Amino acid sequence: MLCDVCKSESACVFLTQIVDGKMQKVNLCESCSRERGVTDPTAFALADLLQGLGAAQDVEQLAGRGQKCGTCGFTQAEFKKTGRLGCSACYATFTEGITSLLSSMHKGSSHSGKVPERQARFVEKEKALKELHVQLRQAVKSENYEDAATLRDRIRQLEVEA
Amino acid sequence: MAIRKILGKTSDWLGGDGPHHNIVVSSRVRLARNLKGTPFPGWAKKAERVTILERIRPHVEGLPEMAEAVSLACQDLSALEKQVLVERHLISREHAAKGLGSAVVMNRRQNLSIMVNEEDHLRMQSIRSGLQLKAAFKSVNKVDTELEQQLDFAFDSTLGYLTACPSNVGTGMRASAMVHLPGLVLSEQINQVVQAVNKIGLAVRGLYGEGTEALGNLFQVSNQTTLGETEEQIIDRLQKVILQIIEHEQNARMTLLQHRSSTLLDHVGRAYGILRYAYSMNSKEALNLLSLAKLGCDLGFYPEPWSVAVDELFIETQPAHLQKGSQQKLAADERDGLRAEIIRGKLEECPTPAILDVLSKVPPSTLPPKSASPEA
Repeated sequence: MLCDVCKSESACVFLTQIVDGKMQKVNLCESCSRERGVTDPTAFALADLLQGLGAAQDVEQLAGRGQKCGTCGFTQAEFKKTGRLGCSACYATFTEGITSLLSSMHKGSSHSGKVPERQARFVEKEKALKELHVQLRQAVKSENYEDAATLRDRIRQLEVEA
Repeated sequence: MAIRKILGKTSDWLGGDGPHHNIVVSSRVRLARNLKGTPFPGWAKKAERVTILERIRPHVEGLPEMAEAVSLACQDLSALEKQVLVERHLISREHAAKGLGSAVVMNRRQNLSIMVNEEDHLRMQSIRSGLQLKAAFKSVNKVDTELEQQLDFAFDSTLGYLTACPSNVGTGMRASAMVHLPGLVLSEQINQVVQAVNKIGLAVRGLYGEGTEALGNLFQVSNQTTLGETEEQIIDRLQKVILQIIEHEQNARMTLLQHRSSTLLDHVGRAYGILRYAYSMNSKEALNLLSLAKLGCDLGFYPEPWSVAVDELFIETQPAHLQKGSQQKLAADERDGLRAEIIRGKLEECPTPAILDVLSKVPPSTLPPKSASPEA
């Protein structure tokens, strides 16, 4: 079995940790385990190590497909080179790869901080619409068509409001 | 030229009068913002960057906070002038490498600076002396609120403010404090502290940010993540951690004073000797000795006028600050000579440290054994 970090040496340190009720396993070679302070129990969190690995893999994935941003012409190959995106629309273009990259990088996956005043109403509406769509899907799934119709009407009404 | 007004004056936040200024040198909060529908600076063509700058600059210069501001285009600044601004933390190292299409606007007190077309279209930063993260955030947040009335920022209802690097998405905020931790370094506890801080999602970096060495026992502690928490939550968390670091540093200093006072006195005393009488000193050595002198001030070994002198020397002995006083380009050894000269000059006016007086106030039981003193 190869080391999860360097992927060249064979692994000789096998770790299992339970973080937030989830079991995480990692296999390391001797030098990587020493480098990452695995032998020092006070200084090591498996979660951090795994997070780091996750992020690197996501960047690879994101770079792997040949998509191009329609707004600015930015490609995934560029992202792999610089780690920076081309324009704000790139977040929508490359949403698939970015979502998992962001979740490995940050504490949460949605913004809860400041909202620009002039965009506040629009942002609120968008959030409400998203929430209604989720409810609509659930209603349809559970064959609760009466609720689904009400939800559909509310969505339509919100969309019409400028 | 406008930059002279800035270069000749020390930054406001260097005053060393903020809360906990013995350990926390400064607090900084920066916000990253971008315009909707235009490429980020790193991907934009030169002509696009110039257009973006022309669109943003009048609004920034028109801010009430920037009433007496200095607004500088990057192509008008010499490499030396840029380096001076980097040493004062008014622009980033990345911004110093920019030319046409980038600019910086900063107020006279040098506690508010706004970079246009750095990694993002706007990087707004507020600096305060000591531990004042909340005050720094309040001031930069106000500027942001004023600018967003006039400019359309890229914002997504789920992801928040959209930035060139995904690591800044959400609040676009990086809050950081520069902390001076000689006690934790001398007692070899610093690695533990750094690792513990890293583990809770905060970053510890060297003097000039990412990838720089921790010289002079100075460290920057900042939030690592920007998505999923409000600005206030991030700042609260950082503030709590920094208060704990302060406590650890104070404990480390007390322990050194009580159990290893001879080592401590040796460090502080030697620092005085070398700073006062050296004729050549590189910037790394200067930072490390000044750090020990600062520790000496904090512990009361060095009398009062020292602490201001030492704080000023921290900045004045940086390579670009030395060079700016000279007409011709200095070679490295000339700079080292000049640095030693400036330090000697400044310290000449300071009274001799009363190390022994202070020592007599430490309870006798905590003093080093007699055999350790030179008379024995």
